[in-house]
Amino acid sequence: MHFAVCDYILDMVQNSLEAGADRIEMVLSERYNGLTLNLKDNGCGMTEEELKRARDPFYTDGIKHASRRVGLGIPFLIQLAETAQGRFEISSTKGVGTEISAFFNTTHIDTPPLGNLVTLFYQAMTFDGSYELIIGRNFPSGGKESYELVRSQLIEILGDLNRAGSMGLLRDFIASQEAN
Amino acid sequence: MAKMTLEELRKLRAGEKQALSNRDISGKEVQIIIGMGTCGIAAGAKDTMDSFVNTINANGLQNVTIRQTGCMGLCYAEPTVEIKMAGMADTIYGNVNAAVAKEIVENHIMHKRLVDKHVFDKPAADITQ
Repeated sequence: MHFAVCDYILDMVQNSLEAGADRIEMVLSERYNGLTLNLKDNGCGMTEEELKRARDPFYTDGIKHASRRVGLGIPFLIQLAETAQGRFEISSTKGVGTEISAFFNTTHIDTPPLGNLVTLFYQAMTFDGSYELIIGRNFPSGGKESYELVRSQLIEILGDLNRAGSMGLLRDFIASQEAN
Repeated sequence: MAKMTLEELRKLRAGEKQALSNRDISGKEVQIIIGMGTCGIAAGAKDTMDSFVNTINANGLQNVTIRQTGCMGLCYAEPTVEIKMAGMADTIYGNVNAAVAKEIVENHIMHKRLVDKHVFDKPAADITQ
């Protein structure tokens, strides 16, 4: 079980990248009683059978860790949805990509704290590779201003995002978007 | 804090570049690699990474890159971090929380002193083979 909602989300982004995705779209929308997540990638996708097995905490394709039984982290999300009146849906097409939709019910006592979204966003932006990541952040009208982060645009401005200096600037930039 | 525009971000980056060009940083590249698989994240690797970014920038260190990787097979010792730099053997540290990350920057990276209690040798045998 992860400590914060952000951790569940970062885990799913990492899955997308391990699935070979070079385009990931994430939308996080604030609601009066929680947070919805929509995550879509163009990674290798899963067959119906693989998707069923992804719900097993100890299932992966067995390629990366051939002699171990490790899982994909997806069962954590299912467990959370079941115990804290949230929602979790996943659909996937082999060779096309995977789509995840979840709702984290922050009014339920068993939902963990959201955690630091700024940290989540800059870390999701700074994995290795030339993937595109678009993060949409929506707030209800009258609340904070919605914003969008586009990885390729940020790389064009900051250069190598893995430099600690760029990472610091990136984090400051995201923090200023999130604060207003 | 006012909302920063992309143009303002571009200016900040240009200022940083200018400051960088005034220093000699050749041959001093440091690479920090953080395990960000399910196990690493569950053990708090996000805070660890945040602490590295904070400490490196607070000390004005240049030419440090931070990379994220998946599970290194040392799930019991997460968060795990590998440091590669000239003049030090590649080192894998285990159980690196935010405080240990700060120690690693201030000792290993800045003064070439190992943080003994957290040293792990290399990835587990069944992962490297």
